[in-house]
Amino acid sequence: MKILSSRRKPRLWIFVVPMLVVSFVVITLPSLSAIYYSLTDWNGISNPKFIGLDNYVRMLEDSEFYTAFKNNFIWLALFMTIPFIFALSAATILKNINKGSFLYRTILFLPYIFPSVVTANIWRNILNPRMGLGNFLGDMGLGTFDFGFLGNPDTALLAVAFIDMWHFWGFLLILFITAMQSISKDIYEAGKLDGTNIFTEFVHIILPGIRPTLVLMFLMVGIWSFLTFDYVYILTQGGPAGSSELLSTIVYKNAFSRFEAGYSAALGLSISVLSGILFTVFVILKKLGWEI
Amino acid sequence: MKKKHQIIEYALIIFLSCTAFLPILTLIFNSFKGPKELATNPFLFPKDFILDNFPKAWKIGGYGTTVPNTLFLVICTVIFTFVFAGFAAYALSRSKDRWSNVVLGYLFVQATIPIYLFLIPLYFLWNKLGLVNSLFGLSIIYTATNFTFSIFLLRSYLIKIPVEFEEAARIDGCSELQTFFRVIMPISWPAFLTIGLIVSLNVWNEFILASIFLNDPDLYTVSISFWKFSARSGRDWGLTNAGALMMILPIIILFLIFQRKFIEGLTQGGTKG
Repeated sequence: MKILSSRRKPRLWIFVVPMLVVSFVVITLPSLSAIYYSLTDWNGISNPKFIGLDNYVRMLEDSEFYTAFKNNFIWLALFMTIPFIFALSAATILKNINKGSFLYRTILFLPYIFPSVVTANIWRNILNPRMGLGNFLGDMGLGTFDFGFLGNPDTALLAVAFIDMWHFWGFLLILFITAMQSISKDIYEAGKLDGTNIFTEFVHIILPGIRPTLVLMFLMVGIWSFLTFDYVYILTQGGPAGSSELLSTIVYKNAFSRFEAGYSAALGLSISVLSGILFTVFVILKKLGWEI
Repeated sequence: MKKKHQIIEYALIIFLSCTAFLPILTLIFNSFKGPKELATNPFLFPKDFILDNFPKAWKIGGYGTTVPNTLFLVICTVIFTFVFAGFAAYALSRSKDRWSNVVLGYLFVQATIPIYLFLIPLYFLWNKLGLVNSLFGLSIIYTATNFTFSIFLLRSYLIKIPVEFEEAARIDGCSELQTFFRVIMPISWPAFLTIGLIVSLNVWNEFILASIFLNDPDLYTVSISFWKFSARSGRDWGLTNAGALMMILPIIILFLIFQRKFIEGLTQGGTKG
């Protein structure tokens, strides 16, 4: 152990410095300067002009911001429920299944590794009103599905969320399966002796057993749902008529199509504040003694 | 009673598997169909079995330039991650003082910073440095965004390697750098392989950053050019599905070979922020 002496420590620190420099230049420095830019009138090219809180005042008067904000909450509500219900029930079932469990897991996880552009293409094809599933069902007399879900302001956001969830929920499934496997077999056995069925087992053994994973994923999915961009941008670009706009897509539009980099930074900061709030709630709950 | 339960469970899981797999099957089937057959047979097994879509999509989608571009990005990012994250994880696994905890805390915070906070200033900074429209410049950004997950995963592996290995190397006269490349990396290759696979997958699939930082068609990645190509080719599903299949084939093959590594890497990346 002599070699790991105090002489070695400074040498080892040289190994950390390159990483810190890269991280600082790419993430920390631009993040800090975003706070300043959000207080300026800036098109991204010329010198930023300090305007105080004007961008934030403008945000409160921007109807596009309110639509996006509302849509982000719809998105959050969808992602906090549907993928969790699917993943929890599938994981519980897969735990009890012996035959082909590995194959089902592989299939259910497969969509998660697909690039968003490919998933979008698959579903644009299937949801195409004239050549897709809708037409197919329409021919069979189920006319209500003969409908352009992505092109209608009432359904566009839900259709995009559905496609993203199709791609995403297998990830939760694998996490929950891993968490369930770490519950001791004895507990399941003891439960069996007490005569549990699949529902009582789920409520009294599985749910408490996977609680840390479950709560952490609620937090992560919450944060991620404020960051969603890919699917909306690829499938609808926020349309039709702004109906599927999210905070992230208006950040993008303001910075790169409207050259409102200052206003865009203020919007970006508002997303960060939302994830910050979620994160703080999580930390406070933990401090209050919730075992999460 | 037990039997009945089992049948319902199997039925449910098979139904869910179908919802995941049938859309993928549609993608595969439709890539072998021409526009005529697609109009009458939008889902089922192809009757004509046309192979033309693949060379056509390859050409129209510009895969000849985008595949080498993306591979270059993947290789650069993997090398940078191995070096920068590998170095840092090694040092952090060997010291337990207060400062290493500060660095780990910093990495955790870094991972919770939403991309939209730093994206705009980063773009204009990169523009000034001449790194917009540069695959090298983009790979630096990818490296930084993959830091937290790769360092946490590598560190948890390296921490289990006894210091004696390094001591033996140092006694043989290896420098600190030589020890890393000749001893640490070879012993911990499973962790480096996991990182390499996940970083490659992330870079291959990435859309937002690539669409912002690359505006020159000669530098497009597969995902950007496929997106433009599928938007352009409108409803020629045979063509776009063939293009999509070519894009995901390498991923699916790697996934089937290294499934456990992918799952380990992706789930750890998720739970560790």
